[in-house]
Amino acid sequence: MSLIKLVNVTKRFGEITALDRINLSIEDGEYVCILGPTGAGKTTLLRIIAGLLDPDEGEVYIEGRPVNGVPPERRNAVYMFQEYALFPHMTVWENVSYGPVIKDWDRDRIDRVTSEILEMVRLAERKDAFPHELSGGMQQRVALARGIASGARILLLDEPLGALDARLRVDLRTQLRSLVKDQGLTAVHVTHDQEEALMIADRVVILREGRIEQVGTPHEIYSEPRSIFVTSFVGGANFVEGNVAEVGDSGSVVELRGGLRIQVSKRGRSIGEKVVVAVRREDVTVGTEKVTGSNNILGMVGSVLFIGGSIEYEVRLENGERISSRILLSDAPKTYRVGERVVVSFPPERCYVFPYPKAGLLKEIEAV
Amino acid sequence: MPEVRLVNVTKRYGKIVANDHINLTIKDGEYVSVIGPSGCGKTTLIKSIAGIIKPDEGEIYIDGRLVNDLPIEERGVGYVFQNIALFPHMTVWDNIVYGPKVRCLPPEETRALALEMLEMIKLSARSDAYPSELSGGTQQKTAVARALISRARLLLLDEPLGALDVKVRAELRYELRRLVKDLKLTALHVTHDQEEAMSISDRVVVMKKGRIVEAGTPINLYVRPKNIFTANFVGEANFLRGVVTQVNKDRSIVEIRGGSKLVTKNTDGGVGDPVVIAFRPEFASIVRKKRLNRLSGKIVDVLYSGSIVRLKVELANGDRVVVKKALSFERPTFNVGDKVTVNIPPKDILVYPYPEEGLDRALALE
Repeated sequence: MSLIKLVNVTKRFGEITALDRINLSIEDGEYVCILGPTGAGKTTLLRIIAGLLDPDEGEVYIEGRPVNGVPPERRNAVYMFQEYALFPHMTVWENVSYGPVIKDWDRDRIDRVTSEILEMVRLAERKDAFPHELSGGMQQRVALARGIASGARILLLDEPLGALDARLRVDLRTQLRSLVKDQGLTAVHVTHDQEEALMIADRVVILREGRIEQVGTPHEIYSEPRSIFVTSFVGGANFVEGNVAEVGDSGSVVELRGGLRIQVSKRGRSIGEKVVVAVRREDVTVGTEKVTGSNNILGMVGSVLFIGGSIEYEVRLENGERISSRILLSDAPKTYRVGERVVVSFPPERCYVFPYPKAGLLKEIEAV
Repeated sequence: MPEVRLVNVTKRYGKIVANDHINLTIKDGEYVSVIGPSGCGKTTLIKSIAGIIKPDEGEIYIDGRLVNDLPIEERGVGYVFQNIALFPHMTVWDNIVYGPKVRCLPPEETRALALEMLEMIKLSARSDAYPSELSGGTQQKTAVARALISRARLLLLDEPLGALDVKVRAELRYELRRLVKDLKLTALHVTHDQEEAMSISDRVVVMKKGRIVEAGTPINLYVRPKNIFTANFVGEANFLRGVVTQVNKDRSIVEIRGGSKLVTKNTDGGVGDPVVIAFRPEFASIVRKKRLNRLSGKIVDVLYSGSIVRLKVELANGDRVVVKKALSFERPTFNVGDKVTVNIPPKDILVYPYPEEGLDRALALE
């Protein structure tokens, strides 16, 4: 039996359908990230699980029990807001023990649980501090501690790391995950940061315009994206348009702009079909020699960027198309300069092929 | 020729020294980013240059001219905030022409300028839209156009992408750089996002507790950070404590806790000095062959994120290090519990004197 189950959950705000028949099951002990761009319906989904919003249609089950109409405090789930919402006039200790005190636990138990949890989030030494005396990262941990102290089995986290500095956010990701796992809790974590979701989650749910676009383990989402949108939103890629020119047993040939032909190992296409081929930047290598078994295209280095320990080349191909390649600095045998003539190579097995989208390619991949 | 020069710039808030004797020169046409954790003083610094904050000590020169007593509008700077500060009841066009109108520029000149700005940010088609009808990224581009219509040659960007989604942020940052380079502006960009700074800047300034820790090109800061704080703040790094046991001309030996010895390219210190060695997770590898600098351990966690796998390895002495690898197509599989050997090439080991304040404090982000 799933711990949380959503069946055909729909929510409308006026004319906007924020959630459109969502079906999702979350198992006990799972860490699930809901990932999507702004306006995808992520927060609405989380609030419906929390009981802060009622769905217009569909049912929500927690521990097998239908909870439509059940107030938030009786759902065994605690919702953590983007803003930490700590009580400013209470110390760290008072904030964390608030839930247990309200629930009228006996003094010993309150003390034991509170100090245990403060120890866990490494804030035992700051128990007498007030929220404003703490850094953002510490306040975030206090909020988390308070959530855990409430005794709820389900943590609903709405962009829990969103208000923190980029560097600190990376540090806290793994801490958050181990905390949830160590306590045997179940977490539903909403984020727009694909890197965060991939690193932290057991399973990722990609939401787009109120619908689930794909659900899978981080590895599945990354290596078997089912749509152009998912490929672009998670990991990113080069996208080129073309027409299927040949269909064979081991794959197909796609003709790109300017008559350039590339081999792709995906089958099930028909000759003449207009398609989009996606290749991850990190699957493209740049060199001076052709690579056997790969697609090799001549080009010229257009720009060289240095991104978080990787080198990213943008190469202008002979047909005018641009292809980016991203290589870990430690794996780059040598670096090329702007203007140098190079060969870009990528294996047929690493090409994703999608039917050309009706609304155009840009709509699927544009973020701005 | 907007060159910016700061000489001993100091700003205090009560007992807190937000900027402590800052000396920095930004060259004409340079794109410089300032990074550092919350409270490091980076915002105070950019606001001092803008003229929003007055330093207690020191001098600020723009174009060789002392500007300490000049108000913001006479400094020739364009300033863009994190919180997109467009007038909500005005269209894109009206927002952009607001400055020239207030300065009573002739209407024809204002119009020409505005058209040029809209062209620049590729928004000519949306000049009649209201901010609420635009995405966050487009709103911020409008704010940049509004800042530049005054013909400012120095662009001050205060967390300009901070309020945007990660993906939008990543795309807009390149547009910002292109704009600055195309228009031959000088830019100072404050951000808490080190990846953003590293990918678009000519030079990056790292600040901590009101001081400049280090400044350099992105690649130098990444590969050869001079300061241990930089090594941690800019990119990922592993840190191991040890003692120098041998110093030769171009190699030294550091014994880490537990007795394992590592050969390093060189170190400042002498025999017996307590040190911290650091290395980037991707420069280490899991090896089978016999090589220099092998540390045996056990995999305790395997984290995949896209094309990258991070292996957390517990060494024989109990220390934990992370090894980061690109997933190749025919990937070897790593499992928790596997016994492995970690290799770190001598040239990729950074050696720092053991910090007086202790390692944790030297690396602290908050």
